Amino acid sequence: MLKILKYSFYDLIRSRWSYIYLAFYLILGFVLLFLNNSVSKAVITIMNIVIVLTPLIGTIFGVMYHYNSREFTELLLAQPIRRSSIFIGQYLGVSLSLSFSLIFGLGVPFAFYGIFNSMEIWNFGILLVAGVFLSFIFVALAFIISLRNENKIKGFGYAILAWLFLAVIYDGLFLISLVVFSDYPLDKFALMATLFNPIDLSRILVLLKLDISALLSYTGALFQEFFGTGLGISISLLTLFTWTVVPMWLIKSISARKDF
Amino acid sequence: MIKIEGLSKRFGNVSALAGVDLMIDTKGVVAVLGPNGSGKTTLIKSILGMVIPSAGDIFFQGKSILGNWDYRKSIDYLPQIARFPDNLTIRELFAMIYDIRGKGAIAEDDELISLFGLKPHLDKKLGNLSGGTRQKVNIILAFSYENPLMVLDEPTAGLDPVSLVHLKDLILKRKEMGNTIVVTTHIMSLVEEIADQIVFLLEGKIYYYGTVEDIKKKAGKDDLERAIAEIIMKADA
Repeated sequence: MLKILKYSFYDLIRSRWSYIYLAFYLILGFVLLFLNNSVSKAVITIMNIVIVLTPLIGTIFGVMYHYNSREFTELLLAQPIRRSSIFIGQYLGVSLSLSFSLIFGLGVPFAFYGIFNSMEIWNFGILLVAGVFLSFIFVALAFIISLRNENKIKGFGYAILAWLFLAVIYDGLFLISLVVFSDYPLDKFALMATLFNPIDLSRILVLLKLDISALLSYTGALFQEFFGTGLGISISLLTLFTWTVVPMWLIKSISARKDF
Repeated sequence: MIKIEGLSKRFGNVSALAGVDLMIDTKGVVAVLGPNGSGKTTLIKSILGMVIPSAGDIFFQGKSILGNWDYRKSIDYLPQIARFPDNLTIRELFAMIYDIRGKGAIAEDDELISLFGLKPHLDKKLGNLSGGTRQKVNIILAFSYENPLMVLDEPTAGLDPVSLVHLKDLILKRKEMGNTIVVTTHIMSLVEEIADQIVFLLEGKIYYYGTVEDIKKKAGKDDLERAIAEIIMKADA
């Protein structure tokens, strides 16, 4: 698995799109730090971009990589190596190269700004953690969708829909249900609903860490009230971890049964 | 070497293989022939473990291959389409495959590399190579090992005449070494030139398994191409 991971990573990190993605975060980081002149504010602005953009890029990269390397995957399948090693290796290669662009792209501007000598380093760190989790989660979802769909157009469509659903539609449905069922106690429902959406969860994680109640939104406030800040952070991290492990296991089990 | 028992494979409603029994124990070249959709590729992919059978079993060197992967150490495979990671160089690709197969990296002055004239391209990215050059890389990868079984899927597709001659020589050399080589192809002249035995598939079943001479006799034709065409037409009628 490590061998496949190593070469997928080499391959991807040298692709043009990785450079563009890296450059985007570099520019974003420098510009926002320059405009905001405050790490906290920059972290919030960047968070709003990161929690939508990393899932989108993860989805697109994951689907594209899987379909593009189809023939090469067939060659690998004929080698003396486990199926799960091939797919988990490729999955980790894609996720790590995207995470690398994210960490490096945002890390450099913040390092120049002196993040290492500031108390804000943990706030910035949690933003990166959330971004890395989201990359891993959405690349995994993209792999699952493309493993299940031979047809590239369909696979791409479903993957984008999955992103759109979790990034936009989910919140809409959630709000509508809060209005419709406003006569009932909804705390538990709202908490559960948040756990099932990694994007919401990441937003709450970062905002809990930053301790800005004004931006927490209904679910975030519930989270804080119900669990408190410390436990809230732990629970959201743990849930994000589950969100990564379960799809990885699905990649493994789907690929084991598939015909190529 | 390979024993296939009652192998069936269905893709949804389509039956690709319907109860294939086959024993390949001879050295030399076995050509798998048949019209499009007769199950050639499915048969080969089943042997390689890429397609999971719906029923039946496959034994390689006496052991069932189902759920196993390490038996592939003893098989060389030349896929039909050559596509590799775009941003790796040929040298890195070789290193990767050797890494997986657990042998040292290919030498720069390797016979195969100079035979196909790839030396000047070794540090170029695979994404920048032409289709023909990628096919040469594909062939070198497959022929770098000397395993008892070799599987070639439509090996002649997209090759220039010079490389085609080299490929035939390489196959014949492996044959002399006493390896078993399983080839699928539509090119009958190639079959006549290199094959010792023919497996003829029709609608997912083995219609004929025997020598080239016998199939000509069976169809009553002197020419293999016409003999095969005759069999297919008879089966359709």
